[in-house]
Amino acid sequence: MAAREGEPVLTRRTSFERVSDRELVIARTIDGPARIVFDAWTRPEHVRRWWAPQSLGGRMVSCDAEVRVGGRYRYVLEPGKGGRFAFSGEYTEITPPSRLVYTAFFEPTASGPMPGAAAVMVTVTFEERDGKTHIRSRELYPSKEVLDGALATGMERGVHVTMDQLDELVASLR
Amino acid sequence: MTEAFAALGEPNRYRIVELLRGGPRPVNDIGGRLRLNQPQVSKHLRVLKQAGLVDVEPRAQQRLYALRAQGLRQLHDWLERYRELWDARFTQLDDLVQQLKQKEKSDGRKRR
Repeated sequence: MAAREGEPVLTRRTSFERVSDRELVIARTIDGPARIVFDAWTRPEHVRRWWAPQSLGGRMVSCDAEVRVGGRYRYVLEPGKGGRFAFSGEYTEITPPSRLVYTAFFEPTASGPMPGAAAVMVTVTFEERDGKTHIRSRELYPSKEVLDGALATGMERGVHVTMDQLDELVASLR
Repeated sequence: MTEAFAALGEPNRYRIVELLRGGPRPVNDIGGRLRLNQPQVSKHLRVLKQAGLVDVEPRAQQRLYALRAQGLRQLHDWLERYRELWDARFTQLDDLVQQLKQKEKSDGRKRR
């Protein structure tokens, strides 16, 4: 569940929420001040150390980012099962250490965005409290269909269905 | 899998799935409990069936609708995989931030 404003941020669990037809919110609290978390989130020498999920066999092939308004970034990954894919885009707003807005294109074979593909707008906010930083990444998709498609390729859940509800549901069926 | 997400995304369909956790039920019973008319319920059940989330069990004169565990489990597995991806990332980010905090501290000491 995304933390609401004014609520203490206690969870260190990753939360996902499809907040509308076109929006997905991923949130997590990290133990550290916002200026460090913001740097870790943006600077390529840092990103290459956490973006690829190593425990799942993922590997970062390359990671370039020119962190300024109008600058571009491109992350190339090799998932455990072979093949390559990439994320790329452009920064449209940079307000260290609290807010970052960028476009994101998914490149399924790391050979550039698919022709006619529309960008996802990503807005990341970093809210510091008591030395911890709550990260909230809001992904705005060009249409409901694009988000549905993204979900179908292994992304998050449907509207109104919380992970806990599903957990419970699945447990009740065992 | 998109179908399953879309199917559960509709609040009344989610209520039907929740109701069916208690066991298989006929259409009129589902409608009565959730205060939905029969055509509405039938339409929702058709969508849920197409998405692989419910199945029909003929019993005597009735058609009973029941949850299909496999469909729900597949959906759950998808979600778990994406959550795992972000969990793995955030765990690494957390480790990195701890290292950067330490480094900042020791750099600060050196400067003094």
